[in-house]
Amino acid sequence: MDYATLLQILDSTIRLATPLLFACLAGLYSERAGIFDIGLEGKMLMAAMSSASVAFLTGSVWAGLMAGILASMLMAGIHGIASITFRGNQLISGVALNFVASGITVLVAQRLFGQGGRTPPLEGEARFHPITLPFAEELQSVPILGPLYHEVISGHSLLVYVAVLTVPLTWWILFRTRFGLRLRAVGENPAAVDTAGISVKGLRFAAVAITGILCGLAGAYMATALQAGFGREMTAGRGYIALAALIFAKWRPVAALWACLLFGFFQALALRPDVVEAVVQVKIPVPFLDALPYVLTVLVLAGFVGKAIPPRAGGEPYVKER
Amino acid sequence: MERLPRWADLALVPLISLLLAATIAALVILAIGQDPWEAITVMVQGSVMNAYGWGYTLYYATSFMFTGLAVTVAFHAGLFNIGGEGQAQLGGLGVALCCLFLPWPHWSLALIGATFAGAAFGAAWAAIPAYLQAKRGSHIVITTIMFNYIASAFLIFMLVDVLRPDGQMDPATANFPEAVHLPTLNELPGLSLIFTSGVPANVTLFIALAMAVVVWALLWRTRLGYAIRAFGKSEPAARYAGISPFGIIMLAMLISGGLAGMMAINNVMGEAERLLGNSASGAGFIGIAVALMGRNHPVGVVLAALLFGFLFQGGAELGLWTKIPIEMRTVVQGLVILFTGALDMMVRMLLTWIFNLFRAGRLAKGAA
Repeated sequence: MDYATLLQILDSTIRLATPLLFACLAGLYSERAGIFDIGLEGKMLMAAMSSASVAFLTGSVWAGLMAGILASMLMAGIHGIASITFRGNQLISGVALNFVASGITVLVAQRLFGQGGRTPPLEGEARFHPITLPFAEELQSVPILGPLYHEVISGHSLLVYVAVLTVPLTWWILFRTRFGLRLRAVGENPAAVDTAGISVKGLRFAAVAITGILCGLAGAYMATALQAGFGREMTAGRGYIALAALIFAKWRPVAALWACLLFGFFQALALRPDVVEAVVQVKIPVPFLDALPYVLTVLVLAGFVGKAIPPRAGGEPYVKER
Repeated sequence: MERLPRWADLALVPLISLLLAATIAALVILAIGQDPWEAITVMVQGSVMNAYGWGYTLYYATSFMFTGLAVTVAFHAGLFNIGGEGQAQLGGLGVALCCLFLPWPHWSLALIGATFAGAAFGAAWAAIPAYLQAKRGSHIVITTIMFNYIASAFLIFMLVDVLRPDGQMDPATANFPEAVHLPTLNELPGLSLIFTSGVPANVTLFIALAMAVVVWALLWRTRLGYAIRAFGKSEPAARYAGISPFGIIMLAMLISGGLAGMMAINNVMGEAERLLGNSASGAGFIGIAVALMGRNHPVGVVLAALLFGFLFQGGAELGLWTKIPIEMRTVVQGLVILFTGALDMMVRMLLTWIFNLFRAGRLAKGAA
């Protein structure tokens, strides 16, 4: 494998890791606050459909982005009402919302555009376009680092850089602010937070809302930057891979970045079986590469690659009057 | 605050949840500019108003009975087996291998063999997440989701690279031999008077019904069933009573996976008569809705499976005859899971409030 191919693969790694990273950080806020969310997939799908539809109809990608975030937050709100207000089973609520999203996105897209449940291709201002970072052209002639900067670091859409910046931001919010401390506390010991006179429900709804925003960004990125439009089931299990990355990262923001890059790398490899075959000299069937993130997650869960300990109050509704 | 009477809890709560789901579904249909009344008419016409429709409704219901019972058994042990889909796909592999490579003299023997093969493969696929949950505390929900994806990748590999006959383009096995063809309802004596044209529903329907009885007997009439239910209610209490958590988790999940895997005798052996990609086509997930709707009781599961069979067949008819896409049934499925599984507390609070209003009214009258 030559250097240019490596750069190509790293480039698509970053592209493919971005939706995973948004969704993974989304899940991180929710689960750190004690609300399991296996509905990341559904929220991304709703956001993808809404953002692509609105971007196409208005011609503005920003309007699309807003619509995507709102749609995802609506789903997050339902999950919050079911699991916080009515103390329902968070896993079941997530499963249910994934099904609703999977069906309703096709229904709405079909109603709006009549093209078999997809949106028409987005062009021009209705999409996020690659931006070239400063000096990318000038530095291209620098050996090794020049092409790396030009091909891999530069030339992505705005949302990619937003996703990367969300990582330190999340770290700072969680570990350096009062809100972050309370958010983590409510996921470990909600009774203590309640005793301190802070609303458990309020904090958890705030966390779920942040989850909604970030899943909205993930879905909007998929439909308006990674691809040019929405297609049915276009998230293709990314919400679950993000969940896997979250466990792999043991619910820590910076580790989440590495986990998502790793899983993005696997996805990039699955797109280039020819390269994999050239490197390992053995023909590896594509399904094995597809399954790799899931196998890895099971190994992590089994405690073979460090132990993953979830937030202690995760999945348990908080009953105040006890 | 008084508690709900038992009949209300058992019958009224699911009924109202279902009504709420149906109302939202009707609103969705209105929102996409279609007529909900037309939709329900088409669904009823195409699924339960004639024998042909019933042939499909019962076919789908058979699959959902297996997966619904699978989820039920795990639920009673306090385990949420979301991996029915992967277990059913592996069951399909077991059934296919059994039908393709063993020389069966008669379909009845092949059916027995395939039932065990499907159950064994499904149980084996559930065994790893079960072991990881029991021994290493890995959350079974996440591991079974992961195993669904691994199963689907594994099946693609098996169909594309291993089992596909030379010269065939689509990723599927060869057709099963004629000897293992299961009689469909229109080929059975007696029933052929009702089902006059070819339908996919087949003899496995009776196996599904028998399994419902077996699961009932297992859960409420055996020592193991008692241990499973006790463990599901309270792990510390069960442990104190000398019940081994490891054994219960393993057994409950093996039975659950086995039931999910058994589904393959209906769709793979009874209908497709070869193994296709994505053979379970979502039935594993519908099992969750069926179990929730059926309140985790075999009788409820059979009834809920019929309801979902109707929804599935009716939804297909919607896709054929109206402008409502077939995905409507996924929405309905999600809504039913949402209202019966996650928002049941809301329905129960609502009902308790109404019941208390009535009680207060009666008390006030009595005092006057």
